[in-house]
Amino acid sequence: MGSLVYFSSVSENTHRFVQRLGLEELGISVHRIPLRPADGFLTVDEPYVLVVPTYGGGNEGGSVPRQVRKFLNDEHNRSFIRGVIAAGNTNFGAAYCIAGDIIAAKCSVPYLYAFELLGTAEDVSRVRDGLGRFWQRQSQNSGLTRLSA
Amino acid sequence: MSPTGKLKLIDRVSAINWNRVEDEKDVEVWDRLVGNFWLPEKVPVSNDIQSWNTLSAAEKVMTTRVFTGLTLLDTIQGTVGAVSLIPDALTPHEEAVYTNIAFMESVHAKSYSSIFSTLISTKEIDEAFAWSEENPYLQKKAEIVLEYYRGDDPLKRKVASTMLESFLFYSGFYAPMYWSSRAKLTNTADLIRLIIRDEAVHGYYIGYKYQKGLQLVTEAEREELKAYTFDLLFELYENEVSYTESLYSELGLVEDVKAFLRYNANKALMNLGYEALFPKEDTDVNPAILASLSPNADENHDFFSGSGSSYVIGKAVETEDDDWDF
Repeated sequence: MGSLVYFSSVSENTHRFVQRLGLEELGISVHRIPLRPADGFLTVDEPYVLVVPTYGGGNEGGSVPRQVRKFLNDEHNRSFIRGVIAAGNTNFGAAYCIAGDIIAAKCSVPYLYAFELLGTAEDVSRVRDGLGRFWQRQSQNSGLTRLSA
Repeated sequence: MSPTGKLKLIDRVSAINWNRVEDEKDVEVWDRLVGNFWLPEKVPVSNDIQSWNTLSAAEKVMTTRVFTGLTLLDTIQGTVGAVSLIPDALTPHEEAVYTNIAFMESVHAKSYSSIFSTLISTKEIDEAFAWSEENPYLQKKAEIVLEYYRGDDPLKRKVASTMLESFLFYSGFYAPMYWSSRAKLTNTADLIRLIIRDEAVHGYYIGYKYQKGLQLVTEAEREELKAYTFDLLFELYENEVSYTESLYSELGLVEDVKAFLRYNANKALMNLGYEALFPKEDTDVNPAILASLSPNADENHDFFSGSGSSYVIGKAVETEDDDWDF
């Protein structure tokens, strides 16, 4: 099984979304990217899906939180990313959930899902079910790869 | 009230020190608001004159009334609402953010005037303002919000303010998104999108400060505030439905607008830290309206519900941040 890595600012919006997913019950471990440098640096050693809020704006850059950029700048961490889920607000127009587009393009991984703010009950169940199936399929695929090797 | 009978703003004044920040969200939001700063003069609304002339009389009346309603709300938020939050601020930086919000609301209010003066005759404008002063639902909406702004509960003020920023504007915002989806009044829609973007940051920030405030009160008070929030939402929603009917029934758009209202009501609740209230089937916004709001929203970003055989890897996106290492 894979894991989930997420970032959430002091607003805790993304944190609450991840909590509602209840991923531990599915055997998916959860890691949080620290907010401040003093809280240490997160190193991940297993495949993960990244959940990232989009910092809203449009004309200022900084759509991907700097803590997430730092985390992905680490080649070891980057090597384990398998997909990205982004949060945002359609009020930001073309910049809606653009952190997902940026990370999917930079890391060449699928952009799995986009949701607004805290996410609705429907978003939670879709992502929960989707992640369960996603990791099952990934482990089947890697099993096949091993067999054919 | 202070002894002079004037609105008391703050109890003390100490010099603001941006090098000693108690809540990093204040700096983040300040930077975002400053980065998003704009003025209506930059948007070529005059390019919409031809398009405006293609609208029917009923369409023009609806659109003009919508903008007078929005002007009223932005006036309230600029001169009363955001200012009334200043005395409750927990940090000097929060006070500074509210002054920015208040100023931008005044910019928004002025923007509608610039649309009016560009597209609409003085007579039509006067008629629409007269209508807005007599429309009971618009007046009620203003009264409800003003009542809380004048009340003595700082957290209820923030709830009312977030409702205004994240919910009450949207019966009006629907109209320019509707026109834009039909390739009409597209410059006006561009201007309104700038307002919509600002309101998102305002609603997010005030909602965040509300949640910070909740941490400082008892569990019983938290429960009471939650009940109050939902009661207020229902009261406002009922009124918004009547307001929507008074604006849009002639054009047959009422149901479409109502879905947009519920969708935004959910977002207002989320900004306050509560879960969405209206279920998905009641908040399915017309895709053309959603695409007009955000061209990125209608792309397939639901890999999970598809077959899994195809997915979006993401187009190359211009990143201005220079601290990517790869």
